[in-house]
Formats: sequence, structure tokens, C-alpha cells
Amino acid sequence: MNKKIISALLCGTMILGAASPVFAAGVGDGQKIALVGKSAGNAFFEIAAASFQETVEAEGGEVEVVYPETATADAQIKVLDNLISQDFDAICIAANDVNALQAKLEEAMDAGIKVSSFDSAPNKDSRQVFVNQAGTQAVGQALMDAVLDISGGEGQFAILSATSQAANQNAWIDAMKSIMEGDEKYSKLELVEVAYGDDEPQKSTDQTAALIQNYPDLKVICAPTTVGIAAAAKYLQDNESTCKLTGLGLPSEMLEYTGDDNAHSCPYFYLWDMQGLGKLSAYTTMALVSGDITGALDETFTAGDLGEYTITEADDGGTEIVLGEPLQFTPENIEEYAELY
Amino acid sequence: MKQKSLMKRITGSREALLAIVLIVLFVIVTAISPSFLTPKSLMDMLKNNAVMMVMALGMLCVMLVGGIDISIMSTLALSGMSIGMMLKYDVIANPVLAFVIAIAIGIVCGFVVGLVISRADVPPIIATMGFMYIYRAMGYLVSNGGEWASAAALGSFKNFATSKFLGINCVIWVIIVCYAFFFWFMKWTRTGRKIYAVGSNAEAAEVSGINVKNTKLLVYTIMGLLSGLGGALQVSVYASAMPDMQYGGEMDVIAACVIGGVSMNGGRGTVLGALLGSLILATIARALPLIPFFNQLWLNTIKGLIILAVVIINIVLQRAADRNALKEREM
Repeated sequence: MNKKIISALLCGTMILGAASPVFAAGVGDGQKIALVGKSAGNAFFEIAAASFQETVEAEGGEVEVVYPETATADAQIKVLDNLISQDFDAICIAANDVNALQAKLEEAMDAGIKVSSFDSAPNKDSRQVFVNQAGTQAVGQALMDAVLDISGGEGQFAILSATSQAANQNAWIDAMKSIMEGDEKYSKLELVEVAYGDDEPQKSTDQTAALIQNYPDLKVICAPTTVGIAAAAKYLQDNESTCKLTGLGLPSEMLEYTGDDNAHSCPYFYLWDMQGLGKLSAYTTMALVSGDITGALDETFTAGDLGEYTITEADDGGTEIVLGEPLQFTPENIEEYAELY
Repeated sequence: MKQKSLMKRITGSREALLAIVLIVLFVIVTAISPSFLTPKSLMDMLKNNAVMMVMALGMLCVMLVGGIDISIMSTLALSGMSIGMMLKYDVIANPVLAFVIAIAIGIVCGFVVGLVISRADVPPIIATMGFMYIYRAMGYLVSNGGEWASAAALGSFKNFATSKFLGINCVIWVIIVCYAFFFWFMKWTRTGRKIYAVGSNAEAAEVSGINVKNTKLLVYTIMGLLSGLGGALQVSVYASAMPDMQYGGEMDVIAACVIGGVSMNGGRGTVLGALLGSLILATIARALPLIPFFNQLWLNTIKGLIILAVVIINIVLQRAADRNALKEREM
């Protein structure tokens, strides 16, 4: 008899538990969203994922964050297979490959699952909309202006990138090059080399050392990658090089190297707002599920307290929503942000 | 009649050949980029390859008994990440203690690997593949799922890699001490000779009273110790601890040994060979970015080609040397 009562009680609580989201009336009411990361163990990505989850849950939905075993498209396909067979309303993915996921993601969309993406996009046919952390042009412009400012308007500079196939980095570098050609004020700057440190500290250090040895007059290195900028910052600072550094980096990693004086190698650098990215991606995905947007050009929607956003055309011909300008980290604000990421 | 010609003596010794390869590399690179052969540049090179050089010694021991260990960089990540997090959250502050803890973690990791291989008779590549995943995952767990311990969090620990003793960087002293010790250990101690004996012929070694199982356990423990040391060095040199550090780096360590003439079948290989092998790899890594007209995309291709070329020359010469030795015996 006791068993029956207990099981009845358990059933009761389970029903209540399942029904409780009904009481929270948000835009994500009852929605079930899967967030697919690139691979486990990327603290930077997890800031965005946590913010995504928080936002959706506050709006009454639920989120399952799934990571593939390795940072490859193959591993993500396995994850997607698994997700499609469950009853998710939407999948938001940071793609490990531009084209390889197309078949799987199309299958998901055919099954009625909404597909959004952020951080790094699959091709335009594999998604409904992409949430871009910062427009490619905006990043290129910010980096080019930083190089111009730090070099004093003229001289040699080099770029230290991640791998030669890294889609994000290549897009920013191309943007920098076209901005440089398009405006007279950059005419006294000379880009001497684009080096690749493969996002390994050891290789990035070798590449930085080679740049300094090959170009003794080098004024600025621009490293649009977090591992590269930290390795280069350490090498330049340890060797008291006159060459300065800027690029895209993590505030906590760069805290030791950021300063206006000669004892520091990096005057300032950039990155985007990862929390904001997670939040905007969450609102975008919820709007897709509720039918407020379909991912078509020029649609508008309200992303909670972030305000109104409009869907624009992406570089690859698909559609995207741009979060905003990259954040600048200076000696004044870096300590505050270093606490976060 | 017994006096060998100089040519024969050189081709008869792998180490001499490797030294020549290294010198040729130095000459070519210096001709293209003169700044390569400056003391500072060479010191930079040693410092930036310290982890690989030190761990090549452990891999030498492992390969001498006919084994292999691909879990080493996971051990490195686990030990390095552990001290990184301890320093970050102020559990410890003393740099020496950090080194001791990293080495201790490495020893434990290596000991467990050794137990599985020597006692359960699991093939080394399988056993260490398992531990490669286990230790790497533990590294991530220690890091709270991917946190980094960055320069600012490492306090005075990172100063070890920038400080000097007698004008030479402390990291390079670690390399020198390790190589000096192992040169003595492998050549002049009974334990060192036992490792060679087990690798040449395990059954013969067993019959002659050597505990083969314990010797195997020992080499994996040594490997673990050096991986732990490598973890501390990695964190200090790059002033940052990340759970994915040196991902895939075990291949460089194995390559250094293979280039250095260490046989994959065991029993053959020297400390000098490991030194020259890792120096050749370090030179390639340092030199290729210096060559300006060189498309950087080719870097890994060239690295692979050089590894293959050196190993093929090695094998051809070894065969010639073996034939010569046989000929002499027949006479």
C-alpha cells in the first residue's frame, strides 16, 4: 500500500514539475532548444553558452547544451543525428566546418526543427540565420585603426594568425587588406607578412621570433587569435622588444601584458561581448521557434533588453544578425573584464 | 688492417651522421637568415623546445624496452593544469612546491600506466591510448571545464622561465641537468643497462635474473616523471596553463627519438641520439619561419619530409653497418 502512495506522490510531483513552466510566461515558453558547441572545454565559448541557457530559461524554455567528442564536423554530425531523433524545437550550432554539416542540418530543418547558428557559421543553405559576434568589416576596421594608431601612422606591421584555413581569421585579414587599400590614410603602412602559429603557444612563439628577426623595423604585430596574441605578448614583453602588439584576445590572458608604457607589449586589444552574443543568440532562436521571424532579410524583432535587431545580409549570401562593434580592452577597463573571461 | 677509415667510422655511427645533418641544417639556415646563429636565437630555440627535449629522454627509455607512450601530453596537461589552478586559486604560491607537485602527479600517472602495461600485459599503444583520453579528460575536469590559468594568475612561478643562472636561462639548465643525468644513468648504472637488456631480448634478460616487469614499470614511471616536469616547464615558459596544451605533441617527442636513431623494436638508441634528434626537430621548427620566401603552408610537409629522409638514411646506414659486422665475423 505504502508503495502505491509513494508512487502516486511521485507521479504527482512529476506532473507538477513538467507543468510548472506554464506559470512562467516568457517568449520562450515551453520551447526545447539544443545548443551544439564546437568541442568541450572552451571556457570562452562556455560564457556564451551559459548566457544563452540563462536567457532561455528566464523566458520559460529549456536548453540542452551538447558538445561533440572532438572539434570536428564528423563528431558534430553524430551529435546532430541524435538530436534530430528527439523532439527539439530548435538547434543553435557553432559549426566546426562550413560545408560538411549541410546535409544533416537540412534534414533537421525538413523535420521542422529551426536552425540558427552563432560563433561560427555553417553555409547559408544549412541555417536559417547566423548571429555574428561582430561584423567582419567592423573587426577589420577596428584592427586596422589600432595598427595605424599604435604604429604612429607609418611603418611595417605583420599579422600573426591561427591556422591558414581558419575561416574567421582569414575573413578578418581579408577585410583588413581591403580597408588598407581603400583609404589613403593607411598608405604609409606596409603589411610585411601573414604568419601562422596554428594556435599553439610554441609555434606562435617561433613565428613571433622569426618576425622580429626578419624585420628589425617591425612596429606592430596584429594577432587576431587568442592563443597567438598571448604567446606573442609574452615573447615581445620578455625580450623588451620595441615592436608593439594588438589584436583579438582574452582579457584574463592579456592582463599581464596590457599597459601604456614600454614595460608592456600591448597598449590595447579587442574582443566581442561573449555574454551579449549568448543572449542575442538565445532571443534569435526563440523568435525563430515562436514564428516571429523566419530568418529572411529585413525582418526585425526585439531581443529582450538588448533592444531591436534587424536581419541583414551576411558575407556568404545568407542572412545574419550582427551583435555590434567589438569591445576594446584598455589598461583602464581590463581588470574588470579579466574577472569575466 | 683493423684501422677503420674515417669515412667508415662516420657512417658506422648514427650519432656522427646526425651531427652532420644538424651542422648542414645550421649552415643552410644561417646562409639564408644570418640572425639564426646568434646566442640569443639559439637560447630562444632551446627554451621554446625544452618540453619536447626533456620528454624525449623518457620516450627513449620507453622505446628502449620496446614500448611506446602516447599518453604523455595528457599527463603533461593534467600536471600542468593542476599546478596552474592551484596557483590561480592561491592554494600554493611557492614555485618549488609547484614543480614538486607537478612531478609527483606525473610520477603517479606514469606509475599507473606502467602497472597496466607490465602487470596486465596490455599492449603499450592500447594502454597509453586509454590513458591519453583519461588524463586529458582529467585535465579538463581539473580546469573546471576549460578555464585557463593565465599569466596574471601564475604569480612568481612564471618568473622561473625568464630568470637566469650563470648567464643561462633556468629552463635551459633544466635541459642540461636532465641530459647530463640520463647520460650517466643509461650508460653507467646497473638500472640503465637493465633497460637496454630488457629491450634487446626480454627472455634472455629474464633468464639472467632481471625483473622484466619491474623494469617496464620503471620506464613508464620515468616517462611520467618527465611528463610532470614537462607540464611545469610548459606552464612556466608560456605563462599560461590550458587543458588542451600540447595536444598532439607526443608525436614530436616520438619523432625526435626516431630521428635520433632509437629503434621502435627496442634495445637500440642512445641519449646522445635523443639529444641530436630533438635538436634537429627544434632547428626545423625554429628555422622554417625564418626563411622569408617560404610559403608557411609547406612547413609541416617539409618537417615530415625531413623526418622521413633522416630515418631512411639511418636505416640504410644501419643495414650497411650490420652487414659489415657480419662480414668481419665470418672472417
